[in-house]
Amino acid sequence: MSDFVTKDAKDGRVLTRRAFVIGGLQGALLCVLGGRLAWLQVSQGERYKTLSDKNRIDSNLLVPERGEIVDRFGVPLAVNQQNFRVLVVPEQTKDMRDSLGAVQDLLNLDEAHIAKVLEQAGRTAKFVPVEIADDLTWKDVAKIEVNLPDLPGISIDVGKSRTYPFSESTAHLVGYVGAVSQAELNRNNSELLRQPGFKTGKTGLERTYDKALRGAPGNEQVEVNVMGREVRRLEQSPARSGARLALSVDAELQRFTQERLGRERSASAVIMDAYSGEIYALSSSPAFDPNQFSSGLSAAVWEELLASEEHPLTNKAIAGQYPPGSTFKMVTALAALEAGLATPKTVSHCPGHYEYGTDLFHCWKSSGHGWVDVVAALSESCDTYFYELATELGIDAIAEMAHRLGLGQEYNFELGEERAGLVPTRKWKMGRFGQKWRAGESIIASIGQGYLQATPLQMAVMTARLVNGGRAVLPWLVLDGNVKSMRTVKWPSIQVKKKNLDLLKRGMDDAVNHEEGTAYEARIKEKGFEYGGKTGTSQVKRITMAQRRSGVLNKDLPWKLRHHALFVGYAPIHDPRYVCSVVVEHGGGGSSIAAPLARDLLMQTQRRAPAGRTAGIAGAKGRDNG
Amino acid sequence: MDNTRFKSDATFFDRLSSLNFGLVALVSLLAGVGFVALYSAAGGDFSPWAMRQMMRFGLGFFVMLFIALIDVRYWFRLAWPIYILGFGLLVIVEIMGQVGMGAQRWINLGFMNLQPSELMKIGVVMVLARHFHNASLQDMRHVRFLLSGAAMVLAPVALVLLQPDLGTALMTVMAGAAMFFLAGAPVWIFLGGFAIIGAAIPVIWHLMHDYQKQRVMTFLDPESDPLGAGYHIMQSKIALGSGGVEGKGFLQGSQSHLNFLPEKQTDFIFTLWAEEWGLFGGLFLLILFGMVFGYGLWIGLRSRHNFGRLLAMGLTVNFSLYVFVNIAMVMGLIPVVGAPLPLVSYGGTAMLAAMIGFGLIMSCSVYRDSKVTRV
Repeated sequence: MSDFVTKDAKDGRVLTRRAFVIGGLQGALLCVLGGRLAWLQVSQGERYKTLSDKNRIDSNLLVPERGEIVDRFGVPLAVNQQNFRVLVVPEQTKDMRDSLGAVQDLLNLDEAHIAKVLEQAGRTAKFVPVEIADDLTWKDVAKIEVNLPDLPGISIDVGKSRTYPFSESTAHLVGYVGAVSQAELNRNNSELLRQPGFKTGKTGLERTYDKALRGAPGNEQVEVNVMGREVRRLEQSPARSGARLALSVDAELQRFTQERLGRERSASAVIMDAYSGEIYALSSSPAFDPNQFSSGLSAAVWEELLASEEHPLTNKAIAGQYPPGSTFKMVTALAALEAGLATPKTVSHCPGHYEYGTDLFHCWKSSGHGWVDVVAALSESCDTYFYELATELGIDAIAEMAHRLGLGQEYNFELGEERAGLVPTRKWKMGRFGQKWRAGESIIASIGQGYLQATPLQMAVMTARLVNGGRAVLPWLVLDGNVKSMRTVKWPSIQVKKKNLDLLKRGMDDAVNHEEGTAYEARIKEKGFEYGGKTGTSQVKRITMAQRRSGVLNKDLPWKLRHHALFVGYAPIHDPRYVCSVVVEHGGGGSSIAAPLARDLLMQTQRRAPAGRTAGIAGAKGRDNG
Repeated sequence: MDNTRFKSDATFFDRLSSLNFGLVALVSLLAGVGFVALYSAAGGDFSPWAMRQMMRFGLGFFVMLFIALIDVRYWFRLAWPIYILGFGLLVIVEIMGQVGMGAQRWINLGFMNLQPSELMKIGVVMVLARHFHNASLQDMRHVRFLLSGAAMVLAPVALVLLQPDLGTALMTVMAGAAMFFLAGAPVWIFLGGFAIIGAAIPVIWHLMHDYQKQRVMTFLDPESDPLGAGYHIMQSKIALGSGGVEGKGFLQGSQSHLNFLPEKQTDFIFTLWAEEWGLFGGLFLLILFGMVFGYGLWIGLRSRHNFGRLLAMGLTVNFSLYVFVNIAMVMGLIPVVGAPLPLVSYGGTAMLAAMIGFGLIMSCSVYRDSKVTRV
């Protein structure tokens, strides 16, 4: 064997050839890899880019702050108050149970509560904060703060909760917020509604303007790693806070009204601007504490509110329907005056009752009023005078005037539970009962009894239209905010003669300020603050002849059967600006109960004189609208 | 001529200047790509990987030059001792190896974990080169001669399979087969071999561990189980694809930095690189590897002795197998087998094995005119 090895030529050629085969294979494989890389990065690039972004980007919804609700002077009625909660981040604790135990001792939490926290912590990643307790008092916050150095992983967080500084006073007006219901989610299953702790308006303005108050959610894009931990913030479109609603309401007047109504068992009142229609106060008593509702109500309190005879959950100022009683007499009078059936000179004799066919209709004053004209009939509230007019007018003429004055209809008012009341007509009765209208029914309708029903809001609107020169004013609440306001509406005329309205005003003036007037005892003696108005007492239960004979007194009846006391009024007396309606449920007499209440309200209204005064809201002048 | 002594015709500095600086540059460039990628893998930090890798490369660099400057005839003589040393280490690993990744592969040397199978592969290439060194084409048709060569491959492969490390075993077999092919073994052997492998697949499947079966299954349809076993392949493809043509930019590879990519510093380093540097970066790396392969084969072709030819080409093929298997794996072309990307991936043994390999290849070049005798 040769020591120096030179392979023969053939062997060398084989190796060289096979080396080229190997080299070619390597080149081919490199081309396959390069081709695969190009396919992944070019043809499939977009698809994988999307998948990569899906991997790394998490989107968080930023919950907008709910808009505040303030009164006409900017006094807050619904605000978002800081709410302190204590949180724990499990991964930052040395021992989760130790940390929780320490907080448990500080805040006196029970074992079940801690178990719930542990359970919740077990469901999420270790770096996600878990709430231990919320709605902490300052004292609790201080206790935790002091001990924070010894409580790794525990932190205090500031959240927001809806509070209503005026509490019961604005409960029916502003309403309250509550947790999102399943029904709401079914209607609109938006991500915002699904946020934990998100609340929506449940009643009142909170519900009507819920969308505007909510604002628009923002969005935050964060980069997360494979564990879902936030690495950095990529993009943020901030949440847009909800609209700040400025109401026409005067919070102080509202509070005064609520407190004054609270002296009665069950009552409601509306104070509005006769020219612009803005509501200064709208109250229903008793009310409830909306703060309890927004922070979660106990079942017992709820049951009690629901069962109460005084219906504290119902806004009686807009949803309570009552026979308007004698406050309706202006409608009958105006219908007759406009129809020419009565003139300022028309007089009638009241013997204390009125006979129609075989029926006998009583005047409230059984001794009779003697000879009365329209002014006296109103001020002394003579029933007989209107019985006579009604027989000549018929129900349809009365109903037509009632409609023109705003009765028997909904206003599309900004509070949802508004009721339409009822103004009967021949057609209505035929449709409703399949019976013909009887003349006697017109007679009792003329004094606001029978089928007639009106809400306190409607009675206020009626009064406004009577004293503002016959403008078809409508009530409204929102002065300013990112919603439609009726601030600049020009109200159309209701097409009645000014002299007729002046006549009615004289009647209402005398009712309060003439010594024969039904509300004379409740007049305002202070110069410059006088008011006019009309009392009303409406029957809940028809008084039988037997009772009349035996002289059953109203106060002997069970509360639910007693008369409602009503009053509609306006002030100042010579240049009416404010109108007011008051209904005291089962309160007794209009002159003895409702008139003094209305007097107090109108006095306070004139003292505060909210008309034309607002906190810098342009164009809110009011009177120019008339 | 002196048969028993190696004679050096040139001085040390002549030898040094005859080093393949082109190959040295290519190897350094590849390692440099690794440093950049490891720096990025750590989120823009030299620790924990890039700095240690650089130190290893520095050490490996001198080992490579040292080996390159030793006459190839020494390596001819040392082929069997090295093979036996590697075999012994494999036995030791089998007996007292530590448990890692569900398989016994490591020997803890205190300063590093030594993976004997890596060294063994070099040993196999060396003994085969020696075995075929003096073989004529006639010899290559002798069944006994071929079987003795096959035994040199299959004995360590059997041990590696016992570990069990199917990937390394297969690659060792393929490297050995390439040596047979280069040495001039008849083509029918390879055709027959493919036929036998085709028939053996069902048997192998039966013998495979569950995790190996799972890897094959998820390789076939990775998207069917994106959160389970197919997760790695899926995320690697997402990382590569989302890199696009221009890449996400240095330190901007979101898949890697947010840990969606597994093992980003070792097996999936190519993915990290191509995510950040895009198609340009990926092709650049492939071309670098291609040039290294070409250089290796060219050195082999230029060698005047058969041992040098077979050694240089065999080591080049061995190196290229790692590259192909690793890159094909991260691209989802073959199942996940757990092979590092040589020179680039973080890892001591792999780096050392690659540098030893290139040292030997360069030795074949520097001493291409040496007269290698059968001792």
